[in-house]
Amino acid sequence: MDNPIIITKNLNFWYGAFHALKNINLNMKANKITAIIGPSGCGKSTLLRVFNRMNDLIEGVRAEGEVLIDEMNILNNKADLVVLRKRVGMVFQRPNPFPLSVYENIVFGKRIHAAVEARDQLDEIVEKSLKSVSLWEELKDRLNKSALRLSLEQKQRLCIARLIAVKPDVLLMDEPCSTLDPQATSRIEELMHELKNNYTIIIVTHNMQQAARVSDDTGFMLLGELIEFKKTQEIFTAPFDKRTEDYITGRYG
Amino acid sequence: MRKLKEFIIEKLILICGLASIFFVVLIFLFLLKEGLAVFKTVSPFKFLFSRSWYPISEPPQLGILPLILGSLLITAGAAIISIPIGIGCAIYIAEIAPLKVKEVLKAGIELLAAIPSVVLGFIGMVTLVPLVRTMFHLPTGLTALSGSIMLAFMAMPTIVSIAEDALYSVPKTYKEGAFALGATHWQMIWRVMLPAASGGMLAAIMLGIGRVIGETMAVMMITGNAAVIPNSILIPVRTLTATIAAEMGEAVTGSEHYFALFAIGIVLFIISFAINVTADILLHKRQ
Repeated sequence: MDNPIIITKNLNFWYGAFHALKNINLNMKANKITAIIGPSGCGKSTLLRVFNRMNDLIEGVRAEGEVLIDEMNILNNKADLVVLRKRVGMVFQRPNPFPLSVYENIVFGKRIHAAVEARDQLDEIVEKSLKSVSLWEELKDRLNKSALRLSLEQKQRLCIARLIAVKPDVLLMDEPCSTLDPQATSRIEELMHELKNNYTIIIVTHNMQQAARVSDDTGFMLLGELIEFKKTQEIFTAPFDKRTEDYITGRYG
Repeated sequence: MRKLKEFIIEKLILICGLASIFFVVLIFLFLLKEGLAVFKTVSPFKFLFSRSWYPISEPPQLGILPLILGSLLITAGAAIISIPIGIGCAIYIAEIAPLKVKEVLKAGIELLAAIPSVVLGFIGMVTLVPLVRTMFHLPTGLTALSGSIMLAFMAMPTIVSIAEDALYSVPKTYKEGAFALGATHWQMIWRVMLPAASGGMLAAIMLGIGRVIGETMAVMMITGNAAVIPNSILIPVRTLTATIAAEMGEAVTGSEHYFALFAIGIVLFIISFAINVTADILLHKRQ
């Protein structure tokens, strides 16, 4: 399964007059973990947010070029955002469970996508989703408790479970571990490895070790440009570009 | 020298702080002292629940049930009108309106809050009252309905501005989370924003209602002031507040009538205190 699921062609992106993404061309493969690294402000989060059109929430943004997800250009004005975001889910930097119960957080997606299902079907979805993020044992007796009372790690797991419940194909992760401690981080990384079998994961991270540990492919971005994009192992052992080498050896960033 | 200055300033500020509490306590004590005197002649139960208010007949009949019901009826009517419109307006301003429309609307709401109640009452008297009369073929348009409509206008600015604040303070991450799961704008508002802002929204409603219960001038001008038990929203009613305002001037100081008016003040005080405390609890629960 080496077929690309996301292809960008000459992707350019502006916030007002600020040129945030410059001519990005890349192929991301299905059922792989792709990491995007780079110093702050290099456009890596912006790129991630292009893939589910989250940038649309900001006024005055403009995108040019093509982003093909399964051969459909999602930058097209006619693209159905609801369908897109159902397929391409996102995990945020700060865990953001809704101020609802654990249970309601997970069935949220089901409810909004008008898949009216019987209680026992929903129960099953909740159990399956929680199990897939290894939260079931911890939370099965607290399903009706507010999700805001969970620990940070549990919240982030819950946010992933909430996504999985709507059965996306792609998981976008925007520095998902940046608020977590090292132990929790390594457990989330383990989880990503498990999820890889069923989902395509794209992770933006500040943490180069994390990129090296979890990803199959890595892209290095700098000032809105994609400097280098190839197998993680290669980029960390034999970077082609001088700037990549400088970054991964810690000369700036 | 510097220490002395600090000391004096600190104490001055302390006095300012205490003064506000001191005056509230004084007012309350005065209210209690004058109001409780009425219970020497009428039992509290009879005062609250007997059906006739004839304070200057001989002997005076001091039952404030019609006044309480009048106040409640008008407040309920105003709440039914102002809550949906106010909340809807707040959602529109906070979430949907483009920036320019939003600014115009907010200025408009502030302007509405700035209209003195006597002016609203006056406008109601010459426009709304005749309208209600002809619309429902009534002998008089001075009815509970007219009062409710006018008071709804007064509650609206409070409800809109506090509810809008509550919506505005919903963390952006909730919105993003909902959108990222493929929620439409309305689904996001309905399923995430409103539950997240529910405490603040309830507080907005409570404070709006508090404003209505305490309002005097406009209701006195357009509700007809008949102290009868209301059996319909289309008849004249009299509120607790209007009774005090209308009768305090002519009540003989030290008479039962005079004490009864103070006792009505206590009842009002307790009602608005309860509403404000509830609103406060709801607001803090949110944070």
